[in-house]
Amino acid sequence: MLEIKEIWKTFNAGTVNEKQALRGVSLTLNDGDFCTVIGGNGAGKSTMLNAVAGTWPVDSGSISIGGTNVTHLPEYKRAPYIGRVFQDPMLGTAPTMQILENLALAARRGQRRGLSWGVTKAEKTRYQEMLQKLDLGLEDRLTSKVGLLSGGQRQALTLLMASLQKPKLLLLDEHTAALDPKTAAKVLELSDRIVAESHLTTMMVTHNMKDAIAHGNRLIMMYDGRIVIDVSGEEKKKLTVPQLLELFSKVSGSDEADDKLLLS
Amino acid sequence: MLNFINALPGAISQGLIWGIMAIGVYITYKLLDIADLTVDGSFCTGAAAFVMLFTNGVNLWLAMLAALAVGMLAGLVTGILHTFCGIPAILSGILTQLGLWSINLAIMDMKSTVAINVTNNEFLDKLLVSLRFVQDVAKGARPFYRHPILVVGLFSIALIAVLYWFFGTELGCALRATGSNQNMARAQGINTDFTKVLGLMLSNGLVALSGALLAQFQSASEINMGRGAIVIGLASVIIGQVLFSRIFHNFALKLLAVSIGAILYYIVIQAVLAMGLNANYLKLLSALVVAIFLSIPYWKGKYLRPAVKTGGARHA
Repeated sequence: MLEIKEIWKTFNAGTVNEKQALRGVSLTLNDGDFCTVIGGNGAGKSTMLNAVAGTWPVDSGSISIGGTNVTHLPEYKRAPYIGRVFQDPMLGTAPTMQILENLALAARRGQRRGLSWGVTKAEKTRYQEMLQKLDLGLEDRLTSKVGLLSGGQRQALTLLMASLQKPKLLLLDEHTAALDPKTAAKVLELSDRIVAESHLTTMMVTHNMKDAIAHGNRLIMMYDGRIVIDVSGEEKKKLTVPQLLELFSKVSGSDEADDKLLLS
Repeated sequence: MLNFINALPGAISQGLIWGIMAIGVYITYKLLDIADLTVDGSFCTGAAAFVMLFTNGVNLWLAMLAALAVGMLAGLVTGILHTFCGIPAILSGILTQLGLWSINLAIMDMKSTVAINVTNNEFLDKLLVSLRFVQDVAKGARPFYRHPILVVGLFSIALIAVLYWFFGTELGCALRATGSNQNMARAQGINTDFTKVLGLMLSNGLVALSGALLAQFQSASEINMGRGAIVIGLASVIIGQVLFSRIFHNFALKLLAVSIGAILYYIVIQAVLAMGLNANYLKLLSALVVAIFLSIPYWKGKYLRPAVKTGGARHA
């Protein structure tokens, strides 16, 4: 479903701040794969997700989604294939627009937007039912501005929006990192449910090793702009946090990153 | 006092005309979150295009349509400078505005003022609005439905209805989403460069249309008529927001509030003039009023925060 081949990306090339963020990353996800991505700060996790989403062009390499080569497409043209939830709850929704309008915008992701109504009556009832399932009390606030919602409510709404128009690929970029533990658990559970219900191919970046092990069928760890660990299937199911750490020090040749991963 | 009351219908008419310009400013400033300075130039472009065409015998409505079109063209230029050339929005607007000054003069045959000959009744009758109609209706020389307040009022309501419809469509929603959160808009597959250009075109089209109306009202187009238009537009938007934001939630009503804001602005100006202020100080006064109103939200946040607990028990 997703095929990343040897992508490289350097930021601020030629300056003192030059940073090789991606150094030849290759990854293939099969249809329905739920892949968790871990790694220390600056390892390239979010950079890889942004490369796939098209936030900026990569320096070399290729990316294709569901057989379509998207390497040279701008962000908005990749949107038909990709659903996204960002780390910052502010990024995924339009704060000055209603919950209803946000959902309607997302339902038209990747389609031509013409002069027919932006929100139809039929949609309204459909969204109401969907929001009811979220169980956050949002179903009675369809016309409230999204700016009034809490971070957790926004992330839940963004998740719903990302899955309204079934994407070929769902990108979750530390989408629970800014939430309190209880809300984070709830949003994570919701993510699991939505991924399972629609059988979505998913990449989820997380800082939490336990979450990375508990969710999905595949786990990759990044270090210094590369994928250094890739486990899946039975092997991943049996994985524990100490084992993962041990694996990591073996691959990276040091244990300095242990603290980074455990503490963050 | 009598002077002021006599001048009131004229002031209200003029406020309504500027209100259409202010609605254009609302689209960029409030919906797209761009301060677009093109308007200072495109206002006059609309007026110039209208007057030149109309005085050369072109049908009134066609001439107004042409004014709308040249305004949209000005917006297109600013939009391309901003999106395609990557120039910050404010600077793009300033560049277009500066360039338009020469273009406006060129349109007006390198004359700083071009008048519509209103002593010729044939011409005057064809106009949609004119300051003369205010007096004519009062004297009974013209039917009441030619009164500028009624004509421009209806015109504004029709425009608001069209805009209300447009911003409710998929495309209109995409435009609003772009102003609300660009990241989100792009993630939803919206080409934000396109929506920004579209918004700038729509806005400047309205501004130019308003210029065409003002040219009719004062029966001339004049090279400096748009100077400071952005400030008048912002003043109207802010006055409308301050006075009506608590009661007007519907989008159409918000646009109406902008229009009312412009009327109030002109009534205040008229009142200040009636009190004997030298008209040359008007621009300074406008700048001060807008500066103060723009500062209020900032001051409110900084000095009038809601009471919250700070400090509390110290452990360290």
